[in-house]
Amino acid sequence: MAEASTATAPAARPRKRSSGRPDNLGLLLNNRLATAGLAIFALIVLTALLAPLLPLPDPDVTAPADRLLRPLSEGHLLGTDALGRDILSRLVWGSRVSLAVGISATLIAAFFGSLIGLVAGYAGGRVDTLLMRGIDMVMAFPYILLALAIVAVLGPGLLNALYAIAVVNIPFFARNIRGIALGLSRREFVDAARLSGKSHAQILFIEVLPNVLPVIIITMSTTVGWMILETAGLSFLGLGAQPPQADLGSMLGDGRKILFTAPHVSIIPGLMIFALVMSINLIGDGVRDVLDPRLKSGALTRPVARTAVMRDHAPGKFLPSPGAVLDVRGLRTEFHFGREIFHAVGGVDMRLGQGECLGIVGESGSGKSVAAMSIMGLVPTPPGRITQGVALLDGEDLFSVSDERVRQLRGSAVSHVFQDPLSTLHPLFTIGDQLIEAIQAHQPLGKARATEKAAELLKLVRIPNPAERLKAYPHELSGGMRQRVCIAMALAGDARIIIADEPTTALDVTVQAQVLSLLDALRRENNTGILFITHDFGVVSAICDRVAVMYAGQFVETGTTAEILSSPAHPYTAKLIDCVPVLGQPERRLDAIEGRPPVVNDLPVGCRFAPRCPRAREDCRTGPIPLTRFGAGREVRCIHPLTREAADA
Amino acid sequence: MSAYIAKRLLAAIPVLFGLTIIVFLIMAMIPGDPATAILGSYATPENVEKLNRDLGLDKPLLQQYLIWIANLFQGDLGRSYTLNRPVLDEVLERFSATLILAGTALVLCSILGLIAGVISAVRQFSWVDKTITLVVLIGISIPSFWLGLLLILVFAVNLRWFPASGMYAIYGGGGPLDLLHHLFLPALTLAVVATGVIARLTRTAMLEVLRQDYIRTARAKGVTENRVIYRHAFKAALVTVIPVIGIQAGFVLGGAVYIETVFQWPGIGSMLVKAISTRDLLLVQGGVLVVASAYVLFNLAADVLQTVLDPRLR
Repeated sequence: MAEASTATAPAARPRKRSSGRPDNLGLLLNNRLATAGLAIFALIVLTALLAPLLPLPDPDVTAPADRLLRPLSEGHLLGTDALGRDILSRLVWGSRVSLAVGISATLIAAFFGSLIGLVAGYAGGRVDTLLMRGIDMVMAFPYILLALAIVAVLGPGLLNALYAIAVVNIPFFARNIRGIALGLSRREFVDAARLSGKSHAQILFIEVLPNVLPVIIITMSTTVGWMILETAGLSFLGLGAQPPQADLGSMLGDGRKILFTAPHVSIIPGLMIFALVMSINLIGDGVRDVLDPRLKSGALTRPVARTAVMRDHAPGKFLPSPGAVLDVRGLRTEFHFGREIFHAVGGVDMRLGQGECLGIVGESGSGKSVAAMSIMGLVPTPPGRITQGVALLDGEDLFSVSDERVRQLRGSAVSHVFQDPLSTLHPLFTIGDQLIEAIQAHQPLGKARATEKAAELLKLVRIPNPAERLKAYPHELSGGMRQRVCIAMALAGDARIIIADEPTTALDVTVQAQVLSLLDALRRENNTGILFITHDFGVVSAICDRVAVMYAGQFVETGTTAEILSSPAHPYTAKLIDCVPVLGQPERRLDAIEGRPPVVNDLPVGCRFAPRCPRAREDCRTGPIPLTRFGAGREVRCIHPLTREAADA
Repeated sequence: MSAYIAKRLLAAIPVLFGLTIIVFLIMAMIPGDPATAILGSYATPENVEKLNRDLGLDKPLLQQYLIWIANLFQGDLGRSYTLNRPVLDEVLERFSATLILAGTALVLCSILGLIAGVISAVRQFSWVDKTITLVVLIGISIPSFWLGLLLILVFAVNLRWFPASGMYAIYGGGGPLDLLHHLFLPALTLAVVATGVIARLTRTAMLEVLRQDYIRTARAKGVTENRVIYRHAFKAALVTVIPVIGIQAGFVLGGAVYIETVFQWPGIGSMLVKAISTRDLLLVQGGVLVVASAYVLFNLAADVLQTVLDPRLR
């Protein structure tokens, strides 16, 4: 299974740097197992290779007098079989045969399979179709059955069994390699090679082959154990190795006839096959972990129901600010990858009153989403954790209450609208199902009553034919409609606060305006507070009462929308506002901000924006800059703000 | 949806035809004179010549195939020379026994694999997860024919809980209970490898799904965590696991060859092994064709089931 796709990482997930894998227990265990597998495999291979040199009796010499000796008998460590032959010696020599056959079959399958895959993927078109149809036909047979059919034709025998097993494994290689080769043959370096006049064969073997080699190796390491197992199986059935030649499978097959009287004769070779295959599979898993980028980054960890709260010290007693429904103080959220710590949110205060709309603005990676998602514990853990702060909802600290209490509050007191409505709606349930679920999560309504309410909600978000739409699946709706459904879902529990995380970013402009006016109308009608996350000052001006500008995990400026838009104090705010196109001013230059935000595991000592700031001076870089009052209801984190006069007022 | 299912059914027809071509070609590639191969080396020249004529082997390949397929449609797969009865009769009789064994194993591995995979994912990195991962690894690596022998030794010979072989007791046997008693050990053995594969995949699929945005949405709605895992995540994971269960049907049908031999189950697998040893090639041909067709139908069923679960595929 070599899928080239990479897992979608959570939006706030910083890119990993040098230090390799996270040292979580599972991967370590996996690694240790791979090492153990390697040791066992090396031991078996070494013994098998050295068989002629070892002081073992001849494996084929029969001694009727000594037949069926138990293990640990004098002179026969593992006993003897029905003909008095030494089992230890036969085991070593049998392993030699099994290994040779299994590895040869793997090489044959890898060679022909990779060749077919390379040619099909590179040539494409009709050749590809033809070859892959053939492969599909072979795969339409149950695996072992086809091998049996081939042995039936060629006649029983070890070499024929080897061919049969190789043939039935060709499709695995062909399919895996074709997929990669197909992608590679569309790449620029292949085009370049073609233009430079290289022949197809040259391109295929010099340019493409080295790039598919890892996939060939993964496929080999995952199939070689299988092939050893299956050739042993054919020998076990009497269709592989024929006497006097013996591999592990035929030893097992011989022993089976005397299973009840002398079980050791069959148990020992079986144990050997098991050890061999197990060790190879352990190595195969290890190889896959190393070569498969998805597992390497430790991406496949399961986020738990709620962000972990691990505050260094108990928070002091806070009284909620008057008039605030939600009051967040000193929030710090971190991501832990192994020993590396990313300070995604580094001390943020947020206050939201009834019916108020607070906008949090910043570039992607500034920590705005993480800050907002921390409130109801929706930041994935692992790797996320909240390390400081309180979030008071009507005076109740959300970071101290039980998981069950958080669940009750989610959707009923605080609800969410997310960015991409296609990926945030469950693709396999109708929107009716999903709406009804949101309703029933907090209200003990019967199915009929909940359906009625769901239709009302759809009507509320201006979706025509609500009763009909309930039966639709998310993929059957347009992007704007889907986001309306998401908003309807956020309204299902009569929440007092809606956290909207870039709800309009994935929509086109006209739909964006509709969704914004919808949200604005809803908050005025229901007096719902909105925490609005966006990177777009244009959107902010349309809906937000107050704005907080975020940079590298901190607020750099807060104030009313009107004031900040008309006279930004922080250079970063000014730059962000410059990024918004203004209708009727086509000559206006849209300045992208030069440089990139700092990586939050390696923050500058002083002002975090200093490296990109045109106004930065020496004193900006010496120490942390505090967020200071800057006129009425306004704060800025800058010692050289743009509008001095306002500070003096 | 019914339109889609009809389309899938139609698409299976060329696959089935392809199977007949491959099966036919494999038998046509037998080195030397097929009639001699079929009749064995002690056959008289008259018999060989007669069979050649009966099988139409003196005609061109395409014509041979057309005759063969015409006969196939009339239910004529030839006569087994070792059993001296029509191949189709023998194959169908044997296949019903295989279907009982493989079907039970398939149900068993699906249930066990899904449960183990979900538990493993939900309790990721716990000792339960590690134990399941290790057991799964052992299950995938263990030779099933050897495991069968071990189980016979322990449960049939020493503990005497289950019979060692056969489908029904020889004296006073028969009936569903007797069948279940005989079925338990072989079905369990046959299910082990597939259980491991399904458990592994289910674990990965669950972990992958639990990271999706729509799971966060479900949590943001205030749905209970159990509902998030067993309704939202499991259904999405199931959609990716079902095709693999379809593929496992092939491994179970193939693996039946070993298990039927070990437990002397009167199915098509043990028949095939015997037929190969005695070079009863018409019997091999018929057996392979029937099992392969069954596999195509299993995959078709998995396809349809996936479509029922996933509206995007309709």
